[in-house]
Amino acid sequence: MRTLANLHVGESGVVQGISAVGAVKRRFLDMGITKGVTVSIERIAPFGDPIAIRLRGYRLSLRKEEAAHIALED
Amino acid sequence: MDKKRTLAIIGNPNSGKTTLFNRLTGSNQHVGNWPGVTVDRKTGTIHYKDRAVDVVDLPGIYSLSPYTQEEIIAREYVLSDELDGILNIVDASNLERNLYLTMQLIALGLPMVVALNFIDDVEQLDIHIDCDALSERLGVRVFPVSARRGIGMDELLRAVTGEMRPPLRQPPYLHGVGAAISRTAELLRPTGLRECSLPFYAHKLLEGDSRAQTRLDLDPAVRAEIEQISAALSSHDNSADKEMILADALYDYLERMVTAAVHHPEKPVETITDKIDRIIINKWLALPIFIAIMCVMFWCTFGPIGSTLGGWMEVLVQEKIGVLLEHALVAAGTSDWVVNLVCDGIIGGVGGVLVFLPQIVILFFFLSVLEDTGYLARIAFIMDTLLRRIGLSGRSFVPMLMGFGCTTPAVMAARTMENEKDRRMTIMLTPFMSCGAKLPVYSLIAGAIFGAYAGLAVICLYLFGIVMAVFAGFLLKKTVFRGVSSGFVLELPPYRLPTFKGTVLNMWEKAKDFITKAGTVIFVMSVVIWLLQNFTPTFAVAVSSADSILGVIGRVIAPIFKPLGFGTWEAAVSLLTGLVAKEAVVSTMSVLYGTGGNLSMLSGLLTGVLTPASACSMLVFILLYMPCISAFATIKREMGGWRWAIGAAVFQTVLAWLAAFVVYHAALLLI
Repeated sequence: MRTLANLHVGESGVVQGISAVGAVKRRFLDMGITKGVTVSIERIAPFGDPIAIRLRGYRLSLRKEEAAHIALED
Repeated sequence: MDKKRTLAIIGNPNSGKTTLFNRLTGSNQHVGNWPGVTVDRKTGTIHYKDRAVDVVDLPGIYSLSPYTQEEIIAREYVLSDELDGILNIVDASNLERNLYLTMQLIALGLPMVVALNFIDDVEQLDIHIDCDALSERLGVRVFPVSARRGIGMDELLRAVTGEMRPPLRQPPYLHGVGAAISRTAELLRPTGLRECSLPFYAHKLLEGDSRAQTRLDLDPAVRAEIEQISAALSSHDNSADKEMILADALYDYLERMVTAAVHHPEKPVETITDKIDRIIINKWLALPIFIAIMCVMFWCTFGPIGSTLGGWMEVLVQEKIGVLLEHALVAAGTSDWVVNLVCDGIIGGVGGVLVFLPQIVILFFFLSVLEDTGYLARIAFIMDTLLRRIGLSGRSFVPMLMGFGCTTPAVMAARTMENEKDRRMTIMLTPFMSCGAKLPVYSLIAGAIFGAYAGLAVICLYLFGIVMAVFAGFLLKKTVFRGVSSGFVLELPPYRLPTFKGTVLNMWEKAKDFITKAGTVIFVMSVVIWLLQNFTPTFAVAVSSADSILGVIGRVIAPIFKPLGFGTWEAAVSLLTGLVAKEAVVSTMSVLYGTGGNLSMLSGLLTGVLTPASACSMLVFILLYMPCISAFATIKREMGGWRWAIGAAVFQTVLAWLAAFVVYHAALLLI
């Protein structure tokens, strides 16, 4: 399964689903990471984690570990 | 006359809420606390012509989910009966996500208007927003404004002080969700809930929100029926997750609305934020820039500027006010002990703390600017990986770093952290960063015992403090703060210039906070310690500190330090007075050993009292044991209770004792 954590800087993908649970899932949904939205990786922090992504016209940062819970369409 | 109406300003973080609040209320505002929590509660009054409306500034939230402390407060408040209307502030440059909260607020059915902020920024990017189309689709009035520049304020003021109306309609959610919500709302009608908030509860119940379920305490038959509706809720992907279906439906609806109302230029203009971020969080430049900014901040706060202002404050309090007060009291014929209490105890204690005021104001100037510009979020982004190893997040970095200057403002700086668990843990670990006041103590003891190697010993102590913070972090993560981490999902907001008024107001609030604390908790503690120092257990005036209650306590607790190699009553008393201010350890020692201001004599005496091993152990204990009363009082305030503050102090002191014990015995073996 392809997830957001597999993408490289500059690449983008379409969200298929979220496998996170509880507060993290809720936060993802509230921040607009829902099915069908396009996300792109803008940058990676100097120490290799977290990543900065762009979606719905704004920027969000999250850890790779969390990004792995966001499944992308093939 | 009618009862004055109360509005709430609600919006996402970084939507310019505070600027709008300041703009609307002018100086008519009051900062308090929400009951039981440390989140600020700001209230004010809006005056327009002859009309007046009270407003409450709710914490910035992304949604009405009951997860963070801010969300719970905002949600409880909007569901209470105190509220007559909502002023929803929306960031025009980030419409989709901001309107997500707007839709949830519309579901509450309260009278409401939307202020579309940063309209000037959007226009600069050649983006046009059709406010009438938005109004039409949302069913609430939308006003384009720029709170920073004061654009559109007149219309907004007229609207919020005049007659406000509830949303014209509820959103026709997609994927059949709308029908499920209205059917559930019908079922809730007999519960006696406020009619207009039924759609909100319906939405939350379908989602399976446990807080809403507990609050309503529904009839089992009704609950079963709602579960049926929920189960039948069809979605466009046949997913069984109700939370996801509802969020999808809402965002799909918003996407269509925003596409219809917003006109982008053919070729998107690169925003200033994009340009700045290309440099500021660049892979290679991010760290050097970050270090440079931190150095400037520290240099200004603890360097010449801060210490000069602090020096002036000291002169003002000790020499001007102190002397004046002494003369006045003597002239009024007050007895000696009262003069002594006021001048030595209170002026010494409270004044000693007030010396930090200029540094705190400067530090908060920087923090406020860093936060308002959006750089604080970038710091968290840059430093997160290093800090999460000890169970903290990138947000903890600034408070921890400030701990090397002074623990008190460092603990206050932890307020910028949104996650409650991270914040508490940061507060508990910050005191392990050796504050500036510990340095004279280190210098004295290390200088006396280690001679030429004193500098090295002091550096080792600083490093040891960091190592202990890492260790204590692991320990706390495995015990008190166990559980799932809430993750690190952080918005990187656009860079924006802070407003002068906002920055000044912020600094003033912090200063007021600090002065209030100095006038209450620290005042009481100073009096208590003075009494202990100047009276014998039989309440006669103590001739020397050795006879005082403090001296007696010192003798009682001295055996505790025996296993650490420094079980003398002088050491015990010095450590106790170190609670007033860490540097007091030095002055107390000089009093107890009768060396006066002669530090080299004191140093010589210490050589006879301490061995290298016991000096190591004493230094470690001083490094780690509970912070001074000023920091302790701040921790109590920020943690929201004595239980936490005392818990933290006990944790730190026990850890200090154990570490000193290990160090002492290891040193005995090695040396």
